[in-house]
Amino acid sequence: MSSILLVAELHDGHVRRSTHSSITFARQTGLPFSILVIGHGAQSAAAEMVAYGATKVVTVDDAYLGHVVAERFAPTIAEIAKGGGFDIVVMTASSFGKDVAPRVAAKLGAGYASDISSVSVEGGSLGYKRPVFAGNAFANAKLTTPFQVVTVRQSEFAPAEPSGGSSSVEPGTLAAKDPAADRVEFVALGEAKSERPDLGEAKVIVSGGRALKEKFAEVLDPLAGLLGAAVGASRAACDAGYAPPELQVGQTGRVVAPKLYVAIGISGAIQHLAGMKGSKTIVAINKDADAPIFQVADYGLVADLFVAVPELVNELKKHA
Amino acid sequence: MKILVPLKRVADPDNANKVKVNAGKLETTGLEWKPNPFDEYAIETALRLTENGATPKVRQGEVVVVTFGPKEAEVTLRGALATGADRAIRVDCTDEQLDGDIVARALAAIAATEKPDLILAGKQAVDGDANQVGQLTAEYLHWPQATFAGSITSENDASLLVVREVDGGTITLRVTLPAVVTVDLRIVAPKSVKSKFTAEGHAYPDGVRFAALMAIMAAKKKSLVELKLADLVPDAALKIAYAAFELPPGRKAGIKVKTVSELVEKLKSEAKAL
Ligand SMILES: Cc1cc2nc3c(=O)[nH]c(=O)nc-3n(C[C@H](O)[C@H](O)[C@H](O)COP(=O)(O)OP(=O)(O)OC[C@H]3O[C@@H](n4cnc5c(N)ncnc54)[C@H](O)[C@@H]3O)c2cc1C
Ligand SMILES: Nc1ncnc2c1ncn2[C@@H]1O[C@H](COP(=O)(O)O)[C@@H](O)[C@H]1O
Repeated sequence: MSSILLVAELHDGHVRRSTHSSITFARQTGLPFSILVIGHGAQSAAAEMVAYGATKVVTVDDAYLGHVVAERFAPTIAEIAKGGGFDIVVMTASSFGKDVAPRVAAKLGAGYASDISSVSVEGGSLGYKRPVFAGNAFANAKLTTPFQVVTVRQSEFAPAEPSGGSSSVEPGTLAAKDPAADRVEFVALGEAKSERPDLGEAKVIVSGGRALKEKFAEVLDPLAGLLGAAVGASRAACDAGYAPPELQVGQTGRVVAPKLYVAIGISGAIQHLAGMKGSKTIVAINKDADAPIFQVADYGLVADLFVAVPELVNELKKHA
Repeated sequence: MKILVPLKRVADPDNANKVKVNAGKLETTGLEWKPNPFDEYAIETALRLTENGATPKVRQGEVVVVTFGPKEAEVTLRGALATGADRAIRVDCTDEQLDGDIVARALAAIAATEKPDLILAGKQAVDGDANQVGQLTAEYLHWPQATFAGSITSENDASLLVVREVDGGTITLRVTLPAVVTVDLRIVAPKSVKSKFTAEGHAYPDGVRFAALMAIMAAKKKSLVELKLADLVPDAALKIAYAAFELPPGRKAGIKVKTVSELVEKLKSEAKAL
């Protein structure tokens, strides 16, 4: 019978919330799963993973894994999968997962289903559904190999809550160094410091497009602050430098599904829709009544955003 | 520097909302083919990295484009040759014979004979959105990788400084060549790519260059060779099998509100989103 090795992602000594989406995947398969907490500080972070129903929690804690470099992580993940009898490796499709998982797949000779939106159990094997063509179609896929590697879309697998119990924690072994690892040097981490919630975790997202120009932050910040929202952006806003690149939502940016997504001065190109049309409620503010964003918006307001957004802030303050 | 750029033709993304599914099969008939935008960015990056800064430009190194696909995909290769790539390779196959793993293994085989210093790929092909070929290729070659590059500085002939765009910020890596780099959208901004010849403060026009008519004519004479998939990957069994395709559930069209206060009211009482 199959069993799953779930790779947790560490950040600042804690397991990232995005990892909880992989737990949901594992639970949906009904297969036994173990969690690999790998990275510098894994030992202490492992405690955060013991109450989720894993068979065991394996830790690999080493200063060598202090920076996320795919060539350093992939060998250990692959060796633990092989040595522990795990035939399915799952990670969340964060930039870390997307960087590392394919290298693990190549090491295992595994097929790799990336960025899946759902999983089904069909006659003892797993079926994966993945969005293609910017979410304009879904493909149903199966992997034909003994080992399988999967990354799951954070927006489609709700974060798992603890289920009680206490998994045993045991140390795993750091694999031999990859020759490729000697040829990549970690130089710097440029972390955007922000008090706002992460785009992948926010319940509300206020997102701005090219129309905001240099007033991007000036117009959106008060609204985001009031709503406790994360700030997102269209590609055009990022390309023009109005918003930093890590805020981009879309086919090739972050894929999000908050309770409320407010699209402001965004036309609604298919590449943008691909990243947000799974949101529960969508609001669009755009001065062009024919903008495609209105085709997916639950509530559309045809207005000049420079007037409407400050008005919205005032109105919300009244209700607060 | 010798750079290998894998180039895929994809159904025109701006027509992707016309993608049709017929009895579980994806219909691409009637869709226009275009180069994958990320691969166009990779070619532009390769050209910038190999320019020597002189006018007229003299290439310092070589840019080789390779595609996997049927004869018709040669149009896409010719387009790349017209914008400045030096020569092209087409690996003959149908799209049904491919998955990311086979493309990667075949690319690794090509790299073994071509011996490029750098493989510069798109971060993803916007048809399958798989985001895996670059990473798989790097692993098969035992080369280092830098994925999702937003800027590249070639400091010398031996290494590249790459700023990667990741969730929540950037990661800067220095990779020793040969290596695989996959490019993100911002790589074609005016100052994202610097070779050792790039003048201090030089700014490229935003985006990718277009081919001049003369270049289009000249590209017809550039070398385009055909290889057989089976010669590169003897065991070309698919690792991922696609069964039925389906269309996503449509989103119900909403309503237009007239005022901001009506919007707030609806969000509170109807959508319960506030
Ligand atoms: C390979 C590739 C990948 C891409 N990936 C992404 C992606 O991940 N995410 C993404 O977002 N895009 C992506 N794009 C780009 C996408 O195609 C669009 O170009 C982009 O989303 C447009 O951004 P925008 O809506 O801000 O700008 P525009 O299309 O210029 O729209 C601006 C909107 O603002 C409105 N407006 C102007 N002034 C006002 C005002 N005063 N008040 C109210 N409304 C106003 C206009 O009516 C218009 O609808 C990608 C494109 C390619 C080729
Ligand atoms: N059939 C193909 N022919 C040429 N290059 C390809 C092909 N498929 C993928 N690639 C390359 O691999 C990158 C990533 O593709 P993917 O992993 O399929 O999203 C693309 O941007 C191309 O550079």
